[in-house]
Amino acid sequence: MSFLDYFLGSRKKTAHVAKDRLKLILAHERDADGPDFLPALQEELLAVIAKYIPVDKENIKVSMERRGDYEVLELNILFPDQH
Amino acid sequence: MAKIIVITSGKGGVGKTTTSAAFASGLALRGYRTVVIDFDVGLRNLDLIMGCERRVVYDLINVIQGEAKLQQALIKDKRCENLYVLPTSQTRDKDALTSEGVTAVMDELRTEFDYIVCDSPAGIESGALMALYHADEAIVVTNPEVSSVRDSDRILGILAARSRRAEQGEEPVKEHLLLTRYSPKRVEGGEMLSLQDVKELLRTPLLGVIPESEVILQASNQGIPAIHMENSDVAEAYKDVVARFLGEERPLRFIHPVKVGFFKRLFGG
Ligand SMILES: Nc1ncnc2c1ncn2[C@@H]1O[C@H](COP(=O)(O)OP(=O)(O)OP(=O)(O)O)[C@@H](O)[C@H]1O
Ligand SMILES: [Mg+2]
Repeated sequence: MSFLDYFLGSRKKTAHVAKDRLKLILAHERDADGPDFLPALQEELLAVIAKYIPVDKENIKVSMERRGDYEVLELNILFPDQH
Repeated sequence: MAKIIVITSGKGGVGKTTTSAAFASGLALRGYRTVVIDFDVGLRNLDLIMGCERRVVYDLINVIQGEAKLQQALIKDKRCENLYVLPTSQTRDKDALTSEGVTAVMDELRTEFDYIVCDSPAGIESGALMALYHADEAIVVTNPEVSSVRDSDRILGILAARSRRAEQGEEPVKEHLLLTRYSPKRVEGGEMLSLQDVKELLRTPLLGVIPESEVILQASNQGIPAIHMENSDVAEAYKDVVARFLGEERPLRFIHPVKVGFFKRLFGG
């Protein structure tokens, strides 16, 4: 550290690194949580489906995923064995 | 009917209790009947920051477990006419706080006060969830630092999904961002996230900026809420926060470095 640095302060400018890292991780974590309406959607779908086919709450899964430029809403229902 | 405000953050040690004490005192100074509740079961500290630790007889858990009446547990603040403190217990039993118990206490307080300020514990476990559950508004305390910003984002998500308002499909909790321990000098030097950065990252309206200040330690040493520290930047900043919360327009202050003379810089001051 030079004599002049000592007076002018030569600490690294790292705030922009922090901001860039946060931008990425927050976007990623917000996606992972999925939209707020998913639990409600799952409940309502279950109610409708259960009118026709007996199905357990555990056997229905709704998820939202980003694939490239698209958002994919995935619905998985496991039906009980009929036999 | 009281308005319920939670002071929360996710991350620990960012200034929730300091803010709860200053903010509740500020509301009381403005004439509102205010109660501030410590939700940090097992790590009681609000009483120390408020300077009433020697007057604690009963606490929130005693009330919830039916061992004391609410009136017996409420401690009247010695500085503000309209302010009461509801301390928490030092118990290590994490299940002492029940949601039915908290709801009953809130229902009783709601009819007596204008504002109920809830000092949340750190984390996203049951204590923090109980503190935010009843909230009408939330002040998310954030330091300009990566882990604090990330945890604030988490807690914003939880407010939107797990609060009473969210569960019952009411209008969402009104969220405010409060940046604390802010060092304008370090921001100017590019060493610290700026208030614009944090605002942009968290997409939440900014209620205020509290500068990093040694006055906070002087205040906590003496058990005086920071808002009472006459002629200090933190007291002024907290007064602005209260005014903005009440809907008044106040420009942001203490967000630019104070120019220090060459000799002061050389020899310290
Ligand atoms: N503006 C400030 N300037 C300097 N120090 C501060 C400031 N605000 C808070 N502090 C200090 O930071 C520490 C943590 O503050 P506080 O206890 O209010 O945080 P907290 O979020 O309630 O912590 P916890 O998560 O443990 O409950 C304390 O030592 C306090 O004095
Ligand atoms: Mg605290």
